[in-house]
Amino acid sequence: MLWTILIPLAVAGVAPWLHRVLRARAIWLLALVPVGVGTALALRVPREPLGAWMEAAEWIPELGITLAFRLDGLSGTFALLICGIGALVLLYAGAYMRTDPHLHRMGGLLLLFLGAMLGLVLSDDLFVLFVFWELTSVASYLLIGFKHEKQEARDAAQKALLVTGAGGLALLAGFVLLHSAASDAGLPMEQAARISVLAATDLSGHHLFTPALLLIVLGAFSKSAQMPLHFWLPSAMTAPTPVSAYLHSATMVKAGVFLLARLNPLFGDSAVWHVLLTVTGAVTMLVAAALAAGQSDLKRILAYTTVSVLGTLTMLIGVGTDLAIKAAAVYLVAHACYKAALFMIAGSLEHATGTRDIRQLGGLFRAMPVTAVSGVLAAFSMAGAPPLFGFVGKELLLKAKLDLEQLGVVLLLVATLANVFLIALALAVAIWPFFAPSAGWLRRGPRSAACRLAHEAPLPMLAGPLLLAIGGLFVGLIPGVFDRALGSAMASAIGGRPIMMELKLWHGVSPAALTVLGISIVTLTLGFLLFLRLRAWLTHIAAVVARLGRRGPARVYDLALTGLFASADRVTRLTQTGSLRQYVRVILLVLIVTSLGVVLSAALDGRPLSHRLVSADGLLAAWYWHELVLVLLILTGATAALLSRSHVSAIALLGVTGLLIAALFALFSAPDLAITQILVEALTVILLVLVLYRLPERTEHKARFADTAIALAAGAVMAGIVLATAALHLPATVSEHLARLAKPGAHGRNIVNVILVDFRALDTLGEITVVAAAGLGVYALIKLYRRRKAGEGTS
Amino acid sequence: MFVILALLVGALYAAAFCLLLARTTTRLLFGLLLLGHAANLLIFSAAGLVRASPAIVPSGAERPPPGHADPIPQALILTAIVISFAVLAFAAVLVQRAHQASGTNDTEELRTTET
Repeated sequence: MLWTILIPLAVAGVAPWLHRVLRARAIWLLALVPVGVGTALALRVPREPLGAWMEAAEWIPELGITLAFRLDGLSGTFALLICGIGALVLLYAGAYMRTDPHLHRMGGLLLLFLGAMLGLVLSDDLFVLFVFWELTSVASYLLIGFKHEKQEARDAAQKALLVTGAGGLALLAGFVLLHSAASDAGLPMEQAARISVLAATDLSGHHLFTPALLLIVLGAFSKSAQMPLHFWLPSAMTAPTPVSAYLHSATMVKAGVFLLARLNPLFGDSAVWHVLLTVTGAVTMLVAAALAAGQSDLKRILAYTTVSVLGTLTMLIGVGTDLAIKAAAVYLVAHACYKAALFMIAGSLEHATGTRDIRQLGGLFRAMPVTAVSGVLAAFSMAGAPPLFGFVGKELLLKAKLDLEQLGVVLLLVATLANVFLIALALAVAIWPFFAPSAGWLRRGPRSAACRLAHEAPLPMLAGPLLLAIGGLFVGLIPGVFDRALGSAMASAIGGRPIMMELKLWHGVSPAALTVLGISIVTLTLGFLLFLRLRAWLTHIAAVVARLGRRGPARVYDLALTGLFASADRVTRLTQTGSLRQYVRVILLVLIVTSLGVVLSAALDGRPLSHRLVSADGLLAAWYWHELVLVLLILTGATAALLSRSHVSAIALLGVTGLLIAALFALFSAPDLAITQILVEALTVILLVLVLYRLPERTEHKARFADTAIALAAGAVMAGIVLATAALHLPATVSEHLARLAKPGAHGRNIVNVILVDFRALDTLGEITVVAAAGLGVYALIKLYRRRKAGEGTS
Repeated sequence: MFVILALLVGALYAAAFCLLLARTTTRLLFGLLLLGHAANLLIFSAAGLVRASPAIVPSGAERPPPGHADPIPQALILTAIVISFAVLAFAAVLVQRAHQASGTNDTEELRTTET
């Protein structure tokens, strides 16, 4: 199974090259990849409920992360949707973007997403799933920002990435909590992240169970655009239409729903899970449907209806009864098909007429008959939805023992109302542009020029919508076919128990069936009526929606982002003043304050500092007059250099100080240091004189008292640090070892030299590199200046 | 002697910090130089002071005499002396170029990257 994920990812890498060789034909070759992968997977999807084909390979055994994959009814259905729609979208994109100079990137990015999405649904390991989850976010970011020269596209891509990325972090945290809860429950390391194992384990008693649940649900909601995190999805419509059809309606946005479905066997018994999913889903379903009615851009209408459907699916998983799960399975597949078809139709309309404004489109049946037929079929496949909810609502009403009776009524009402909107809008998108008597929704007038010149889309752009609309029709309206093929296996995987599908639209004459039929007919009729009135109401609804939008979560996001930038700006201005002295002051003050803290805490603990000094042994305590004189001379030299007003005298005094320090090294058994110091000191004096004699002697501003105090205090701290080292008695084993080895091992008698050129030769190589880099820098600074000066001279 | 050297290190650090807090870039260079000395002496004193017994194997012997100075801190300081010279050389040329480019050697006037 790993191969089915790796092949699309690998082909994605060579896609730009393929495109360079084969030009526009490359897209046909790319489309073969999902066809092949999809066929290979389809042959192995288990048909029986709860059957699964597992595969596992070691990845990071230290962390218990396994490359584990599971092909069952749920992941199989998703994989087939991903591959099937992926192939059609690739073909569609090839024709839709024929003239786009960046088409070669589109093919590769779509395949990258396809591979990531396959990995996501097939993973059986929490952390592998997370990796693919983030990869789909990255692919989505790149695809939304595909027209990167547009500010709007870049903003939308950033918004999507920030929202889903933040959700991804929550998800990771949730997974980690879940993993540790499972470890606590006694699962071995390599099993604790396996989703199939977790599903069979009862963790509900663990104190991390609910936090993990909340974090994972947050991550899933951000990906599947649940209120109030939905706002990135309508913005994402700036992406090219094939991307919207594929990522932002059929597959990626369903990743959150997929995760909820996948983890339902684990969390399904929790009350928090029920309430959270049901309520959020229901709210999203209704509000998004109403918001959709306020849009005039075809793609934005479809985006909001997608949010509404995602809400519905979340709600159904939250309800969690057998019928609800069956309904979720059927609706998910049907929606993926017909919504992708509707998006492609919207793209074809824009391709043909140059506009996506629903008010401008009309009377296109004659010009675009095949697209029109696809639209009608797609709209019809929605008609299967009301009976589904009818059944679920019915079941809920009967489930008195779950205490859901009142909730059931509310949910049924909400679902009915939302579906009224959805049906009206589907009709508006799929019927109106083709069959409206004339273009111009709001004003009766002649057909707009764009609509008169419209032409039918090329073949690859017809195949996608038509095939998907037919597929949606089969699943949505004749669910029996789907049930036998995949539906039962899928529903069983979501429920974690065998669920046999027996959904029929016509249940004969019984009170229950008649209720369902009644609800369906009412929903469809109201939807049709709303569609007829939508034309007149559109402006009013749009005004209300626009007013709401100014207060919605999108506004919060904008404020948060600008606030973040503003505060970053302020912090930078505060700390990065550009004044070197200010930086030095801060560094020294931090040094002083922290060491005071150390001293104080030691004093509070009752550990006297003074005994450490006393512990220094006799040799250290002894001193000789000549040593004291040397130290005093060094002090005098440094102080005089500090107070000196002229460069040359300061340099001379510093040179003397350096030579005296060399003498100190010589006195205390470090002849090599003394020699090096003398050589370097001579070079330093020469260099400083050469460089600085041309600089002006500036009278220095009188040092501020506070600065002097800071410098003195920091000096005192450093002296204290030296004194504190007296108490350290580290074993000198390494030194002894090297001293022992120097003669027999390295054939050198000077141990310091042997260390530098033999034992630690690589360090010395590093040192030489630093010196060489500094030398290059010096050379460049001087040389470049000379050249520029010469250039100025000649020009 | 250890205490005396500790005080010397402190004094050298204080002088270096004073120079680093000055406004002219040339004094910054001097501060850098003294800072290098101070750091070297800090490591040197902390490693333990040994008189007249360098870490050298006498000719004919296989090992240095007992009680010799610790060679590792000396190797570190040797490296540090060379590297601080390289840094100082680079800084000195930078100071000169900054003066040529901007006409000032006052750090407070060198706060922006544009010249």
